[in-house]
Amino acid sequence: MTEALLELKAVDCGVLDPVDLSVQGGECVGISGPSGSGKTRLLRAVADLDPHGGECYLDGGACSARPAHDWRRRVSLLTADSRWWADTVAEHFPETDAAALAALDLAPGVMEAEVARLSTGQRQRLALVRLLVRQPRVLLLDEPTANLDADNQARVEELVGNRQAAHGLAVVWVSHDPRQLQRVAQHCYRIQDRRLVAEAPA
Amino acid sequence: MTTLISLSPLDLALAAVLVAGLAGAAWAARLDVTRPLVISAARMGIQLALLGLVLDKIFALASLHWVALMSLVMLLVAGREVSVRQKRALAGPRGFAVSTGSMFVSSFAMALFALVVVVQPQPWFQPQYAIPLLGMLLGNTMNGVALSLDRLTTAAWDQREVIESRLMLGETWSEAIGDLRRQAMRSGMIPIINAMAAAGVVSLPGMMTGQILAGAPPVEAVKYQVLIMLLIMAGTGFGTLLAVWLTAARLFDRRERLRLDRLRKAGR
Repeated sequence: MTEALLELKAVDCGVLDPVDLSVQGGECVGISGPSGSGKTRLLRAVADLDPHGGECYLDGGACSARPAHDWRRRVSLLTADSRWWADTVAEHFPETDAAALAALDLAPGVMEAEVARLSTGQRQRLALVRLLVRQPRVLLLDEPTANLDADNQARVEELVGNRQAAHGLAVVWVSHDPRQLQRVAQHCYRIQDRRLVAEAPA
Repeated sequence: MTTLISLSPLDLALAAVLVAGLAGAAWAARLDVTRPLVISAARMGIQLALLGLVLDKIFALASLHWVALMSLVMLLVAGREVSVRQKRALAGPRGFAVSTGSMFVSSFAMALFALVVVVQPQPWFQPQYAIPLLGMLLGNTMNGVALSLDRLTTAAWDQREVIESRLMLGETWSEAIGDLRRQAMRSGMIPIINAMAAAGVVSLPGMMTGQILAGAPPVEAVKYQVLIMLLIMAGTGFGTLLAVWLTAARLFDRRERLRLDRLRKAGR
């Protein structure tokens, strides 16, 4: 048995019973559940954005053993609403990733655009690229396609799937849409009575 | 040299009549400021009258203990005022410690420097110099520190999602709040920068005016005013830098999480 890339041991985010979960490199785990059931709180705990119980491990190394910004650089959370602080898109990027832009149907010129002039959907896709160029090991995706039409949903699913396979990323994908999780995830869980319950693969 | 014309109670009463007239007009126009206006005017009169009596005593005694005690009281009141003037200050003793500590640096240290190194009265704590110097520094730097801290905590509250987005991308806490911190520091210093630019052209600063009224030669009064302006600028600047830095750091915990729960609830 290979060692898991991301491992959660008794992670207590306050809303769910302590969660144990392991995700291999190149694997995607899907989590669904009603809103308010604790999906987001769990991802925030894994990204170490909120005080929480338990411990997370990346490649066997504990989260608490390394600086928090270092952990978040490797274990990165993407939220449904993207936030931007500078005027142009490019100012948020250490470098461009032309392949990722193309895969999400974004013209290269979008990097010079003003953030305020872009649509919610464009910003949402750019937020994924913004995360990927920093080369995280683990993606925590919280409703990453909530503001996207069907075509762009498919593009996001494909890009994440490709990166997952090519770079051995571990992905935790949270969605209210069980059918999307059946498409992207190898293992699916549903939140029921404060617990993660495994669902049968499709 | 002319001597100061002493004001009689009747003189003050005449000025009070003007404010009473204003209060009446405000009441008639239903501005809802009549009450605070009258109360503040009364408070000002009583507080200053008491101060006059206390200063009379302290000047007569001229002892270091009494000057130090008076200074300490002024410092604590200023620290509390900085905390009260923010919509969402750091909660608890930590917030008071930050605001008082930065007032200490901005005013106390500057006043000490001015007394011991620059003006050098004999003895150095001579209350006639020490108390007015400290009072002016406290009053002015308090504004800058309170303004900058209010700006920082309000911005952090409003832009928490931006800050957290930056944390999610692996930025350090210092990078994530860097923009807001710079804005806050600037906003604390801008009023005194503007005041220096307008001094003597648009506004005649109070200290200089007072000395001239008391019969001091204008050139001497101007030198004191320049000294106090520079001290206020330095005090406000360093006090603001320190207060904003400490408060920004306190907004994050050791795991670099944004902890807005450390701020006081708005509306107190």
